Order: sequence, then structure tokens, then C-alpha cells
Amino acid sequence: MNFLTALGDGLVIARRNLIKLKRVPDVLVFVLLSPIMFVLLFAYVFGSAIDIPGGSYREFLMGGIFGQTVIFGATFTGAGLAEDMQKGIIDRFRSLPMSRAAVVLGRTASDVIYNVITLTVMAITGLIVGWRIRGSLLDALAAFLLLLLFAYSVSWVMALLGLSVPSPEVLNNASFIVIFPLTFIANTFVPAESLPTVLRVFAEWNPISSLVQAVRELFGNIPPGAPEPASWPLQNPVIYTVLCACLIIAIFAPLAVRRYVRVAKKS
Amino acid sequence: MKDIIQATGLVKRYGEVVALDGLDLSVREGTIVALLGPNGAGKTTAVSVLTTLIEPDEGSATVAGVDVLKDPAEVRKLIGLSGQYAAVDKDLTGYENLDMIGCLYHLGRKRARSRARELLDRFDLADAADRPVKTYSGGMRRRLDLAGALVAESPVLFLDEPTTGLDLISRRELWRLIRTLVDQGTTLLLTTQYLEEADRLADDVLVIDKGKAIAHGTVDELKDMVGGERIEIKVADREDLPAAHEVLGRVAVGELQGDERSRTVVAPVTGGARELAGVLQLFESNEVPVSEVVLRRPTLDDVFLALTGASAESREQTSEPAKPGRRGRGSR
Ligand SMILES: Nc1ncnc2c1ncn2[C@@H]1O[C@H](COP(=O)(O)OP(=O)(O)O)[C@@H](O)[C@H]1O
Ligand SMILES: [Mg+2]
Repeated sequence: MNFLTALGDGLVIARRNLIKLKRVPDVLVFVLLSPIMFVLLFAYVFGSAIDIPGGSYREFLMGGIFGQTVIFGATFTGAGLAEDMQKGIIDRFRSLPMSRAAVVLGRTASDVIYNVITLTVMAITGLIVGWRIRGSLLDALAAFLLLLLFAYSVSWVMALLGLSVPSPEVLNNASFIVIFPLTFIANTFVPAESLPTVLRVFAEWNPISSLVQAVRELFGNIPPGAPEPASWPLQNPVIYTVLCACLIIAIFAPLAVRRYVRVAKKS
Repeated sequence: MKDIIQATGLVKRYGEVVALDGLDLSVREGTIVALLGPNGAGKTTAVSVLTTLIEPDEGSATVAGVDVLKDPAEVRKLIGLSGQYAAVDKDLTGYENLDMIGCLYHLGRKRARSRARELLDRFDLADAADRPVKTYSGGMRRRLDLAGALVAESPVLFLDEPTTGLDLISRRELWRLIRTLVDQGTTLLLTTQYLEEADRLADDVLVIDKGKAIAHGTVDELKDMVGGERIEIKVADREDLPAAHEVLGRVAVGELQGDERSRTVVAPVTGGARELAGVLQLFESNEVPVSEVVLRRPTLDDVFLALTGASAESREQTSEPAKPGRRGRGSR
């Protein structure tokens, strides 16, 4: 019962966030431009610089760019919440008989739509610069769903961060500290096997690596002669990624909701 | 009639500042009660406690029989609040704001929509309904915020300084709206800094200062409590001030207030217009030239003066000791 109320109220808030996204076009421009920029930048700057035996580095890279972009996009969740908390409307929410989880739930939910837009734009840009889906359509769909699920879980981490920073401006710096090492100490742009030992172990167990690995496999973007990954997470990337996403949500969703209640009470 | 809002011994401290200092309060069902007090008196804090936004350090309160501290979620179902600062989403339209609020009150989609349109009509916002709120004027935002408090037709309403910052026309308009909207059995607790506002709207007034109730009654009772009327005389020449004091001292029922810079003396009286005529004759026969004369009911400032011994405007910060009024009304 309580859960259903939370879901319903979350949807109301999500609808409100989407209206705002539509109405504040500078945000939407950023939503559309940054994935295009990422694809072009990586495809042309790195894609032509590195050779991969038996395959196209540009195609190999695309999975990494997908992964990195949706994770960077999660910052949006934190920024949105940090901004909300400074607005008068929160005072209204506090006096309404709505679920205390609704604001955070609605924000993470509306950001799924944001990620759908981002992925679509990115995929189209990718197709234009020569990326191809070489597996089945069903696998490709699974790849997109996996990206959305993992992005959703990172959204909850960023939600907690967004509710813990004093202002939206601080959030960008704070989130980069988390995101940069996570996305770069991974197989996002270079094969994990080529990293020095300590970093390699980290990269192998980094769920971003497994996400990217899974996406590459599902899109059929692994070059034919590529060596089998040595670690369990990368051998079973889909299962490992789903497990990690669920674990992250299970830990961070309650923390973020509790944090919201605490912050809302103080103002 | 039973009390629908009940508060006893509310205390709220912010560090050194005591925002509420043992506030008692009761509001009977279906009445309009004004919480009257200067800036910093604790009005917003009191409303925040009663609407579950903050928890008091001490004391207890119930709204419609529900304990504010034990069951805040239940209280929120029964109340409508329009806070001191308009709590609306500026990127949404007026309609979208009210529709969202209706949904969050769990009215259901259909009812939320029709209620939003209905209220926009009644608050004269129908033309602006589909424009983002950021294009609204201050008065329009206020009205929208007020409409937000009425969405669920809650039995208990709280309006925190509903007209502060509005021009006179918007203020009158809002008074009219509040009176027509609230006369159907709804209980309303509103806060204000203006006695006139309390006068126009409230059945009962609770005067609060430094987080405590210092007087309670109807507006007329309060005015009588501080003594009938005021005669305010401005003399033509500063040198005539002592003479004016002397003359007014003969008719005043309480202490005189004088201000040297504006050359005025204020005397509390009870005899009305007839007394005024007599006073003017006295000035005439004593050859004290008068440049302005006013006979008026006491203002909030006078009420405060009488109740606390300092003028309302000098009491804006409760954390500071009372100073003489800026306009020198406190000088003896
Ligand atoms: N969040 C807060 N932190 C610190 N002091 C506060 C806070 N809220 C209110 N106060 C102080 O409590 C007193 C009462 O404030 P308030 O209830 O807002 O008065 P009013 O609404 O009558 O103007 C003031 O002195 C104010 O400065
Ligand atoms: Mg206030």
C-alpha cells in the first residue's frame, strides 16, 4: 500500500521533471549535444589512433562511450535534486500528504527517460560514423536495457550525492571525483588486459568494465581474434552487471530517501 | 464547538534565539484566527510546527484531534498550507502546479484536473493558466500559492502572511477571496503583521511577541484593551510641543507619546469626536497653533505599545532587547 503510494507520487514528480526538461531548453540542448560530442570526439580522436588486431577500434570503442556517457549522465540526477532542494516548491512538497520517497523516486525515474534520449542520440551518431550492430536485434535491445538499468543504479548514488552537497555547483566537482576513476580504470577505452596488475584487477571487477564488455558482446562488437577475458565478471558480464546494479540500488536507494527526509526537515 | 487546533507550551529554540517560548493556542472549528505579531515574533515557526514542517523542542499540538508529533502523515492529509514565501514551481504553468498538487493530495487524475481549472477561475488566473509561473507577477504567484492550499478542500487551512509584499489593490482582492473561500465551515489560522488585515478577516486575534501569546480576543476587544481611540496632533512649531503635551495630558486616559522631529503628540482617549472638538478648543484658547489633527482607532503599533511598552517596529528582532522606536514614539 505504502509502496504503491510512493510509486504513484513518484510518477507525479517524474511527470513534473519531464515538463521542466521540455521547458528549459538549455538543459535539453546539453542532453542532446553531449552524447554527440562524446561519440565524435572519441571516434575521431582515439578511434583512428589505435589499431586493434582483426577489428575496428572505433567499433570497439562505441560500447565504452555508451557506458561512459550514461554514467556521466547520472550526474544530472544529483544536480536536479540539489537544485530542487533550493527551490520553494520543496516547502510545498513537505506539507503535502505525499510519500517521502516520491521526490527522489520521481527524479531517478525521469532520468531514465533522459537516458533513453541520450542513448538514442548516441546510437544514431554512432551509426553515422560507422558503428554497426552485428548481433541480433534482441541482443541489441538487451544491451540498451542493461545500459539503462546500470545508469538507473548510478542515479541513486548521484541522488545521495546531490542531497549531500551544499549547492548544485559543488556537485559537478564531487561527482567527477567518483566518476572519472571508475570510468577510466576500466576497459572503456583500452582492453583491461593491457593495464598494470593492480589497475587490471580493479578494472576486471569494476562493474563499468562488465557493463561495457556485456554491451560489446551483445552488439557483436568484439573483434574476432580478441582473447577471452580472464576474470569471472568479464566472462559473465551480463549477470555480474545486473547483480551490481541491484546491489547498488539496494544500498543507495534507502540512503538517498533517508537523506532527503533529513534535508527536507532542516530547511 | 470544539477546538480543531490545539497547542500547549510550544518551545522552539534556534541556538540562542528562542523562536517559540511556551506558546499556547487554540482555534475553534469553523473560525478564522489571526496570529498577529511583528517580524520575528515566531509566527512562521508556530505555523511550521502545526503543519508538521518542524518539530518543537517542547510542547504538544493536535490538528483535528491528530497529534502533530505522533502522526504527522495523518495531519498532512487534513491541512492546506500557503507559506510565507510562494511555494510554486516557476517552470510549470499555473495549471500544472495545481494539477500536480491535486495528484499529490491523491484526489485522482480527473478530480485534480477539474479542481485546478476551478481554482484558476476563482482566483482570476484562468487567462494565465497555461503560462509558466515565472511570467507571473508577485500578486499572481501569491494567489496561485493560496489556490494550492485550497486544492484538497482541507478542513484546516494555514496562511502565513498571505498579503505581505502585495500592493494595496492585490491585498484587498486577496482579502475578498479569503473571506469568500473560507466561510464554508473551514477553519483558518492566518498570520499577519497588520491589525487591519486581522480586522478584515479574523474572528479572533492572538497577539504574539517573542514567541509567547501576550493577548487574545476579537479585534475590537484588543482595541478597547489599549484604550478607545487616539488623538494625534501635529503642532506648527516645535516650541509648542510642551504646551501640546500639557493640553493633551488633561484629556488622555493613558500615557502620551510624543515625537519631536515630526512635532506630533499622540494621546489615548475614549470620548471620540466630541472630545476632539473640546481638545481643539483647548488648543485654540491656549493659543497653540495646530497644523494637523487625526482621530483614529489604535493601530497595531499602539496595541504593542500598550501591551509590551515598546513600539512594534522597534521589536523586529526578538533576540535583541527593546530599543526606543525609530520614529521616537517611545520617548516619554
Ligand atoms: N531556521 C532558523 N534558524 C535560526 N533562527 C531562526 C530560524 N527560523 C526562525 N528563526 C528565528 O526565530 C525567530 C522567529 O522567527 P519566525 O517564526 O520566522 O518569526 P515571524 O514569522 O513572526 O517573523 C526569529 O528571531 C528568527 O530569526
Ligand atoms: Mg514569518
